[in-house]
Amino acid sequence: MALTSKNPNKNPRKNQSGRLKNASSRLLRAGVSVRLVGTTIARFGKYFYRQLDGWTLIALLIALLVAVPLVTVLWLALSPSGDIWSHLASTVLPHYIWTTLLLMLGVGIGVSVIGTGTAWLTTTYRFPGVKIFEWALLLPLAVPAYIIAYIYTDLLEYAGPLQGALRDVMGWKSARDYWFPEIRSLGGAIIMMVLTLYPYVYLLARSSFLEQSTAVLEAGRVLGRGPWRSFIELALPLARPAIVVGVSLALMETLNDFGTVDFFAVQTFTAGIYDVWLNMNNIAGAAQLAVVLMAFVFALIAVERLARKGRRFDSVTGRTGSHRQQLSGWQGFAAVAICLLPVLLGFVLPALVLLDHAINFYEISFEAGFLTHAWNSLLLSSIVALVSVALGLLLAYGVRLSGTNVMKSASRLASIGYAVPGSVLAVGILIPLSSLDHGLDAMSKDLFGIGTGLLFSGTMFALIYGYTTRFMALSHGSVEAGLARITPNMEGAARSLGATRGQTLRRIHLPLLRGSLLTAALIVFVDSMKELPMTMLLRPFNFGTLATHAHQFASDELFEEAALGSLAIVLAGIIPVILLSRAIAGRGKGSQS
Amino acid sequence: MKSVFAAIGLCAVALTFVSGMALAAGDVNLYSYRQPFLIKPMLAQFTKQSGIEVNVVYAKKGMLERIKAEGENTPADAVLTTDVGRLSDMVDAGVLASVKSAKLEAAVAPQYRHPDGLWFALTTRARILFASKERVKPGEVTSYEDLADPKMKGRICIRSGKHLYNISLLASMIAHKGEAQAEKWLRGVKANLARRPQGNDRAQARAVYEGVCDIAIGNNYYMGKMETNEKKPEQKKWAASVNVVFPNQGDRGTHVNISGAAVLKYSKNKENAVKLLEFLVSDSAQKIYAEQNFEYPVKAGVPISPVVKAWGSFKADNINLALVAKHRAQAAKMVDRVGFDQ
Repeated sequence: MALTSKNPNKNPRKNQSGRLKNASSRLLRAGVSVRLVGTTIARFGKYFYRQLDGWTLIALLIALLVAVPLVTVLWLALSPSGDIWSHLASTVLPHYIWTTLLLMLGVGIGVSVIGTGTAWLTTTYRFPGVKIFEWALLLPLAVPAYIIAYIYTDLLEYAGPLQGALRDVMGWKSARDYWFPEIRSLGGAIIMMVLTLYPYVYLLARSSFLEQSTAVLEAGRVLGRGPWRSFIELALPLARPAIVVGVSLALMETLNDFGTVDFFAVQTFTAGIYDVWLNMNNIAGAAQLAVVLMAFVFALIAVERLARKGRRFDSVTGRTGSHRQQLSGWQGFAAVAICLLPVLLGFVLPALVLLDHAINFYEISFEAGFLTHAWNSLLLSSIVALVSVALGLLLAYGVRLSGTNVMKSASRLASIGYAVPGSVLAVGILIPLSSLDHGLDAMSKDLFGIGTGLLFSGTMFALIYGYTTRFMALSHGSVEAGLARITPNMEGAARSLGATRGQTLRRIHLPLLRGSLLTAALIVFVDSMKELPMTMLLRPFNFGTLATHAHQFASDELFEEAALGSLAIVLAGIIPVILLSRAIAGRGKGSQS
Repeated sequence: MKSVFAAIGLCAVALTFVSGMALAAGDVNLYSYRQPFLIKPMLAQFTKQSGIEVNVVYAKKGMLERIKAEGENTPADAVLTTDVGRLSDMVDAGVLASVKSAKLEAAVAPQYRHPDGLWFALTTRARILFASKERVKPGEVTSYEDLADPKMKGRICIRSGKHLYNISLLASMIAHKGEAQAEKWLRGVKANLARRPQGNDRAQARAVYEGVCDIAIGNNYYMGKMETNEKKPEQKKWAASVNVVFPNQGDRGTHVNISGAAVLKYSKNKENAVKLLEFLVSDSAQKIYAEQNFEYPVKAGVPISPVVKAWGSFKADNINLALVAKHRAQAAKMVDRVGFDQ
């Protein structure tokens, strides 16, 4: 177990690299004959060549495909944007930045505390209902933040039932008689986002806690660490990569959110991007803002990585699933309350309100196309979940094999797009895809005299590609976190026993990563169900999803009519949540014996 | 793993071509900013009358980028949108076709269409005031300018200054009175706000009902939708608590915006696209707009909804809307300078 020690043998794979190079690669190396081009270039060539095996190439290719929309945004940002920066800097930019930072800080703290706390409780203790909480804590993930924002505004604003009841009880007459927190505010936005985004942290922290070797915690106990101190000093540092991934996913989603902040009139950076793009008709300026946003997120992640440089988080043994401690009395009660509150506020209450609206406005919202929309959503989300997880796995594994920092940075850079508002990213898909189409069209005209028109633009393919690039951060992030917990010694052993890299992946990593892969598939599926801006812009004719169905009503101030679509999204999210949770819990149990 | 990839690849390809084939020659392909449930009844009637199918993509942010990127290969024939700003962005981007149609020209007054026939308005909507019946005396507020009067301090509610509707109103103010005057007005309104700009137009009427403020700014059709809302009777109460005030009747008239349609330059099916536009200004389609959505039909002689009629007739600001649209970016920056939303 190497928790904080420097790892003297950073890349054990190098030991076997010579032995395991196959014949064809040796041939190629001779063929390249880099020696002719002077020692420096030769060295560089050798270095480069060593990285450029099949796995690295696959990873590189995936990273490139995912980076296409980002490169497009960069390219858009290169056009002149007039005086937009001096205008923004002298007016609203400081406010945007300050609001965004506060929002990130609030959401970051909120999701870390709730996500990690509930994950720790449900993995290490036994208390009433813990089996239900294990999966129920994930449910709020299926509720779009802007929907929850509508619901709580209705409940908590002046005319809502809560304030109405308070006025009745206290005898207040008007808004001037008493103080009540304003829901449409920065604080309100933070709460809405924490309630819907903490499951990212919960999910990743929980699977990390479950995979932690029992030996560590038992050793801690033997050395006299109480439960609180083993949590702080052992479990938490070990789970750090997973928690960081969860928090950064939550923060990226916070940054790309427009629905909630727009409704609450909270002016974030994203609101600024849309304003510059659509009101000032300045797409170059908007792209420049988006690039700044991405650079900021990248820097944030880099700083965190730097802070834990040289530490390793893998465990030697696979023995997991410690004996769970029973909580009783007030402790058990407190544990139940802590786990119940986020589920109640983030899922049960909103789902009930949606159900009520959905029943009352059934005739209007259940139109002919509804079932088709539901089918489209399910199909699209399932395909995207599969594709994203497969690509995320190949990317993360390829990067791990290559072991270079360049590749690591490239892979992370590729998934940074998640922080960018979806509509901007969608434009980043539109432009290259239609350029490709135009190229094919022109080629076909030259060769056969008939144009092909648009082959990819405005098709399901465009949607799948768009979704996959957008959600790569989710799948790649959770797979990467899972890989980090597998000791390189394991694959070293497999490789020295003669397994190829592909075999090692299939027979060693895949079984160990099962939980992480399922996690990745679940969050991509649920997020695809909720996806709106890309679907709106990239979709084919006469094509709708549950999210667009709900949006057409919500955008006309018809929230109640939008409820059926939203409820269907939420319900569709429950099934994979339960399946996943069973799978994760089952794994913990299985290795106990 | 390989078979999974193969299956996914096959699915994607199959779907690509299936969705590509769904568009038959002769259909009109429509990019719409307007919600499908709003336009469906009209499109269904069009298909019934003409036998021409209409395929729709409903999109908002980035639709112009999609049209530009698709260029000559675009499958779309026409666009349907609200707000003159979006139409003039399309004019500037050079993606619209010039349409000559006697029917369209007869139905749509010159200030509600592009001089070269690049776009045509289908309906107009007025940005009106919702004045509390209890707390605003008739005649106390008669113009947008009155909203900036210090006597209105703490009495006004409005949605975000960055919303399309408010940007358009401010742009019209700039067009009429110049930038300096408009900014002075905006600062005056800001100083009079009862709360930070938030919510949508209906939420402003609700705030008046709740006593948060005395006067609010909103589009006329929301008033109609609230008044007639059988499913949500509480909205009837919000509407009942306010009087409709058409501002600036003594001078330039109330600010109006439009919903409109245009044919795309690279449409493969211009003839049918023009037929759709002509249908949308026909009596039957205009009547649906008026009755279902409480907008003002652009065609003279089509009866307006009785609900809308009850508010009385009004004088609309006749300024060239393309001119208003030109001041949009200026207006958006002004909202920033004034810190209107903060």
